[in-house]
Amino acid sequence: MPMLRTLLASALLLVLGGAVLTVATDGFHAFTSETARRLAVRHDPPPVPAVTLETQSGAHVKLAELRGRWVLVDFIYTRCLTWCLALGGEFAQLQDQLATPLADGRLVLLSISFDPAHDTPAELAAYRQRFRGRDHGWLIARPTSKNDLRQLLRTFGVTVVPDGMGGYVHNAAIQVVDPQGRLVRILDGGNPQAVAQVMRRKLP
Amino acid sequence: MSIAGRQRLAPAFAAVLFVALLLLPARAWLEGSMTLQMLVQIPLLIGVGYLLPAALPPRLDASIARWNHHGITSLVLASLAGMFWMLPRSLDAAASEAWMAFAKFTSVPLLIGLPLGLGWPRMGFVVRGVFLLELIATFFRLGWLYLVSPIRLCNNYLLDDQQHSGEAMLVIGSLLLAGVTIKLLWGRFNST
Repeated sequence: MPMLRTLLASALLLVLGGAVLTVATDGFHAFTSETARRLAVRHDPPPVPAVTLETQSGAHVKLAELRGRWVLVDFIYTRCLTWCLALGGEFAQLQDQLATPLADGRLVLLSISFDPAHDTPAELAAYRQRFRGRDHGWLIARPTSKNDLRQLLRTFGVTVVPDGMGGYVHNAAIQVVDPQGRLVRILDGGNPQAVAQVMRRKLP
Repeated sequence: MSIAGRQRLAPAFAAVLFVALLLLPARAWLEGSMTLQMLVQIPLLIGVGYLLPAALPPRLDASIARWNHHGITSLVLASLAGMFWMLPRSLDAAASEAWMAFAKFTSVPLLIGLPLGLGWPRMGFVVRGVFLLELIATFFRLGWLYLVSPIRLCNNYLLDDQQHSGEAMLVIGSLLLAGVTIKLLWGRFNST
């Protein structure tokens, strides 16, 4: 009799536990939070927060003003020697590959610094300078308040961790914001051709 | 101290350990590193639950036992809850989301530690052997994965921290294996 009850209890737990694990991994698709956030934005695109950014020229831009265009967003800090250098190079390449939509204003590249205390407009301008510094369609900006930065990181799902050597490590990616101002895709960094291809398909 | 005396003290010790783990400085320190969260904090929380059965009234203990032949139900529950807390996604969320931290502090003692504490004395040689070997295999599999993965599995932790966790898991798996081997070669089985 105890054996039968044990089997029953174990079977019940297996069904329940299996259900919990299925939900917890989005149907065994997402074992890491990075995959999970990519799946989540595709299913339910979150609106980007209404924050004001200060650009490399010192001008103030509201994220809402970019509505009506596609925006490719990456998160950087200018003292970075690894990922953000790669991302910067990639945005410079995208300037070539997507030159037409950038020129006629259907697309904007936006690099947001998560180290606003250090990244003054001058530092931001110098950062773009390192990648041949062309002007068209590439904004480099910093949030104007701590709260705005927190909101941005949260919505875009970016986690910034100090690396113990004065720098930061973060989950670098290229995020796609649609003309309605919603975060619709998160693309891997490191492959500008693929990003350009995705965008050519989306742009009218 | 007699075994009965130690058993009476176990729940009190568990309560002290639990409160110590809940304190903010301890949490911040242990959750600041993947290795510490996965291989120190969570095992200690399992330990808290493992010490609790002595606090259960004997009647409840007996009625649970009727559903827990050879501790098999215990093993199923502990393994399922263990799988959940082995997901990098769960570790990541527990370090950054308050409700997941709450889930960790309640479910790890109650759904992993307590069932193991209830079930372990009822498990026979074979059930214990299967459990230990699967545990060792899990340490080796996950350790290897964490050591060689070129991508960060947790957004909250650095890659070298992840690799340290992998090394530590391989070491723990080896120690467990050595322990089991020594027990098999020189141990006494009728006493357990």
